[in-house]
Amino acid sequence: MGFLELSGIQKRFGDTVAVEDFNLSADRGEFVSFLGPSGCGKTTTLRMIAGFEQPTAGSIVVDGKEITRRPPNQRNVGMVFQAYALFPNMTVADNIGFGLKVRKRPAAAVRQRVDELLDLIGLPGRGSRYPYQLSGGQQQRVALARALAIEPQVLLLDEPLSALDAKIRVALRKEIRSIQRQLGITTVYVTHDQEEALSLSDRVVVMSDGRIEQIGTPAEIYNFPATSFVASFVGTLNLLPAQVVDAGAGRLAVYGQEIQAAKPLTGGLTNGQVSIALRPESMELGEGGGSNRLRGPLEDVSFLGSIVRMRVGLGDGASVSLDTFNDPHLTLPAVGEDVTVSFPREACLVLEGGTTAEPVDALAV
Amino acid sequence: MSTGAQAPFGPLGVMRSWLRAGPGSGARRRGFGPPWAWIIFLLGALYFLVPLWATFLHSIKTKPDPFLAYRQVFADPKFLGGLGYSFVVGVLTIVISLLIIVPTAYWVRLKVPRLRPVVEFVTLMPFVVPPVVLAFGLIRIYGGGSPITLASTDVGLNLLLVGAYTILSFPYMYRAVDTGLAAIDVRTLTEAAQSLGSGWTRILWRVIFPNLRTALLSGAFLTMAIVIGEYTIAQILARNEAFGPYLSLLGRSQPYQPAAVSLISFALTWLAMGAIAFLGRGARQRVQVAGAR
Repeated sequence: MGFLELSGIQKRFGDTVAVEDFNLSADRGEFVSFLGPSGCGKTTTLRMIAGFEQPTAGSIVVDGKEITRRPPNQRNVGMVFQAYALFPNMTVADNIGFGLKVRKRPAAAVRQRVDELLDLIGLPGRGSRYPYQLSGGQQQRVALARALAIEPQVLLLDEPLSALDAKIRVALRKEIRSIQRQLGITTVYVTHDQEEALSLSDRVVVMSDGRIEQIGTPAEIYNFPATSFVASFVGTLNLLPAQVVDAGAGRLAVYGQEIQAAKPLTGGLTNGQVSIALRPESMELGEGGGSNRLRGPLEDVSFLGSIVRMRVGLGDGASVSLDTFNDPHLTLPAVGEDVTVSFPREACLVLEGGTTAEPVDALAV
Repeated sequence: MSTGAQAPFGPLGVMRSWLRAGPGSGARRRGFGPPWAWIIFLLGALYFLVPLWATFLHSIKTKPDPFLAYRQVFADPKFLGGLGYSFVVGVLTIVISLLIIVPTAYWVRLKVPRLRPVVEFVTLMPFVVPPVVLAFGLIRIYGGGSPITLASTDVGLNLLLVGAYTILSFPYMYRAVDTGLAAIDVRTLTEAAQSLGSGWTRILWRVIFPNLRTALLSGAFLTMAIVIGEYTIAQILARNEAFGPYLSLLGRSQPYQPAAVSLISFALTWLAMGAIAFLGRGARQRVQVAGAR
């Protein structure tokens, strides 16, 4: 049994199902991210752990104790909000010490803990300032310190970096992870930013329409997406409709060009129409990339700094994109010239639901 | 936030930036706005000040001592007695009104926002029900023969007066508090406090009340102004020691003193407004809850 257990969680608002059949078991000290688009139910799930929403069904257990019906102020769960939510009438020190004062800790112990946390978040000596005197990044660090002050069993972070600019976001992301590792606190992090989720987490829960699409390590989520939604939501990839030619041999046809999957197609994949997901970085221009080949005219070349992205037409207005590392001596065919794209069988991920696949010319991000 | 960077627009902008930044700041030097704004402002100021000036001139017509009316007013124990009585009633009214309105407005915003129009309507009732009706209604309900008889004793009548004024204060107090609540992220602050282990009483007392300081002061001073000047209810409830009935009696019996009293009470009101602006200055700046900076 995990340290944080969510079993059969369901949340309905009237007729609308916000979260359905949510099951998660997180270990002590694990960093789990809920990743998904707006309205997928990730924040609702987080709020149910915090106690701000009551599940319609299911149970929440922390360290073996059921807390499903406990009010939020009796859960010992720390929360960091997107909007910081620092108390504007209190100084930084009073904000951080608020939870300890609620717990009636002696003043000296509160002061000591506040100083420790100010050091931990890199803001020593700023205790007498008011929140409005701090930058956004500093305010969010104080919010983190305030949540950590009470030594919560579980730390919840609800899109804590989304109000910050890109540079501060990346810096603070590293700090959050470093502090979390240092303290070994079980953490649930909600974000719609895949880069954030993949770089921070031990495991990622990808959600869509109130349901879990996949739970896995960042590498599993990226390399082996379980559904076309995960494949399209996480990372950059090509989603192409394909026709099953021989399920047993794993043979498929993509716009009339035959390719082969790594394994025989089974279950729902044996039906006529499927989707294949190909990461741009797993393909090569020319014939040296693997046994699978697609041919077509080079339609576009984009320089993206460290990589060069090429788009190759497959007919019917569809195309496939592939990346190669930038190199000062890189020579590329001219736009319009017919080229061959190759990739290994393992790079070709076959997914169900070919009819609902993204348009073939779309590079889903 | 763009407040500090904007040039003050017209006389109100100049005043606002002066109040915000304090005297001696650079905001005053940035610009004074277009002339037409100043013309409108001056016309408005004249409309407001000329009657005051006329009242003042009338109040110093006594001879040979032009300030005799003021001296008489301050020497009259009924003046300070009436003012003191109304002040105490006003303070009680403010306390009761705050205890009713703040938790109500907070709860409505937090838990049942769809009921906000209903509560707004209810708090507007004092504008619909005339004070005469309210006062007679109270006498009828709490008079002889009722299970709770308040209208037959002095203490009871004082309680009824405070109760009636509390109802009269609702439209002003609710609006002030509701506007204050709109300026802070009530839900998130509440949830933050809850997640730190805080119960409702502490949330209201330590988080919500302090962040509503300006709003509460506005509501409180408006209430005080109403209580100090109110006549009808105090008269019907036979509270002749209140300031309103005293002022009315004075107007019927003395030529110059009512003008002096009016100006004195007006000056007190302005002092109260100045206090709101002064006390609320820091709070306005602090209530910047979120946003990238």
